[in-house]
Amino acid sequence: MANIMIRKGADGYVFYMPKRDIEDQITSLEFDTPEKWGGEIKLKNGGIYFIEPQTAPERLPYSVRAKRIDGVE
Amino acid sequence: MSKLTREEAQALIQEVLEVYPEKAKKDRAKHLMVNDTSLESSKKCITSNRKSLPGVMTMRGCAYAGSKGVVWGPIKDMISISHGPIGCGQYSRAGRRAYYVGTTGVDTFGDMCFTSDFQEKDIVFGGDKKLTKLMAEIEMLFPLNKGISVQSECPIGLIGDDIEAVSKKVAAEISKPVVPVRCEGFRGVSQSLGHHIANDSVRDWILSNRDGQAFEKTPYDVAILGDYNIGGDAWASRILLEEMGLRVVAQWSGDGTLAEMENTPNVKLNLLHCYRSMNYIARHMEEKYGIPWMEYNFFGPTKIAESLRAIAAHFDDKIKEGAERVIEKYTPIMNAVIAKYKPRLQGKKVMLYIGGLRPRHTIGAYEDLGMEVIGAGYEFAHNDDYDRTIKEMKDATLIYDDATGHELDEFVKALKPDLVGSGIKEKYVYHKMGVPFRQMHSWDYSGPYHGYDGFAIFARDMDMTVNNPCWNMLKAPWLKQDAAALQQAA
Repeated sequence: MANIMIRKGADGYVFYMPKRDIEDQITSLEFDTPEKWGGEIKLKNGGIYFIEPQTAPERLPYSVRAKRIDGVE
Repeated sequence: MSKLTREEAQALIQEVLEVYPEKAKKDRAKHLMVNDTSLESSKKCITSNRKSLPGVMTMRGCAYAGSKGVVWGPIKDMISISHGPIGCGQYSRAGRRAYYVGTTGVDTFGDMCFTSDFQEKDIVFGGDKKLTKLMAEIEMLFPLNKGISVQSECPIGLIGDDIEAVSKKVAAEISKPVVPVRCEGFRGVSQSLGHHIANDSVRDWILSNRDGQAFEKTPYDVAILGDYNIGGDAWASRILLEEMGLRVVAQWSGDGTLAEMENTPNVKLNLLHCYRSMNYIARHMEEKYGIPWMEYNFFGPTKIAESLRAIAAHFDDKIKEGAERVIEKYTPIMNAVIAKYKPRLQGKKVMLYIGGLRPRHTIGAYEDLGMEVIGAGYEFAHNDDYDRTIKEMKDATLIYDDATGHELDEFVKALKPDLVGSGIKEKYVYHKMGVPFRQMHSWDYSGPYHGYDGFAIFARDMDMTVNNPCWNMLKAPWLKQDAAALQQAA
């Protein structure tokens, strides 16, 4: 589990993990509705992370705990 | 020397690595790469922000250097106490040339050294009492200080002094911010973690101090983050922003004040020059206060024009016109500078090895002068810095992370650059090797190099170094005579 920050970039969501200095485009977000937001996050570099599905944050950037499932660190 | 091909560069890296024992070779190989502009991510090609190998020379500093020397030190109206033995404080004093306006010792304290001068008994019995006393003395002797930061040196963390408790107590007594910074030198692998710790302590103790207080805003408020006013850099940047119609509310932290930092959450846009040392606080402000941030580059007219337009794009037409006006005003002046120096510098090759930002930021300025950067490396950059560097550098150039003394020497011997830009620790080595050298951490006692005004000085300094006649005089006279005599005999 690690803290990540999700922000809105020029094209879609951007993933940032301060601890590892990973900043990457999010290619897919499992749930992206106001009521249910989160789930599996797929990154452009092949990494897959998971955040507990929750109501969508009121504004971005938003810091949240995420779990690494697969892919490069 | 002609440009290397990809294979030659690869072979050079192999050759340099040859002297290391097996394990060290494997480790160091991950930190050296030949640039490939088609790459999108540096991740697979270069490893960075890892612990330096024991036994090889590294140029890195420590977390204390990152926090006290870079982020906290230049804040002029706060007093930074170097808490611990005296060496760290005294040897990091005033070396960085972060200029400021004010009367030192009265209302500004940038060039002064405040230290608790730990002795054996403080290590044994703890230094909290001494710290309390020190702060009381500071308050009595320098009543115009706006706040105090406690920069811990290694022993504080080792003996477990509670500087937070002391700070809270004293802060209540003197009703000024007292910030404990846990930047003990052993933390992290380089000064980079010190920047992060310092940013976090600014976030926790300073940034929200004036939340909810009235502030007269304008739609054109910006803050300069990550400009430490080395030789006056921040001033040369600030006048350009003001000339295009923006209002600079705060400078972080060169010539900056506590009040400026506390007012920063009111700005419309954060302008980030040194990404490596201040992106943390910019990201925090984006999340907490919704302030967007952008990186900009004020080295060399090409990049300045690009940056001014990019900054203006965040504002209305008035600022966009202002940016064009500024660019138009300075272009003829810059063309004159380039016309003067470019013929003297055209085609010269440069190798850079600097901290965490300048290797990629100064490339544009060198290219404006017709010079070519054939190798670049960082002491303490992270992967996101290398991602950005790959795009700036030409194909088949060398990129090195946390280069050792041996690697850098060998690269310079093989590539024979016309100029090496690096730090004070390398300077005299290359002088003795007869290679023109600029100390690029504090601009070799010159500067500013930012902004249009800075570029004129940058160009002059590069010319002064590269074309200095002294480089032809480094051969011992008796060796020269021999050559002359031989020629005569022949």
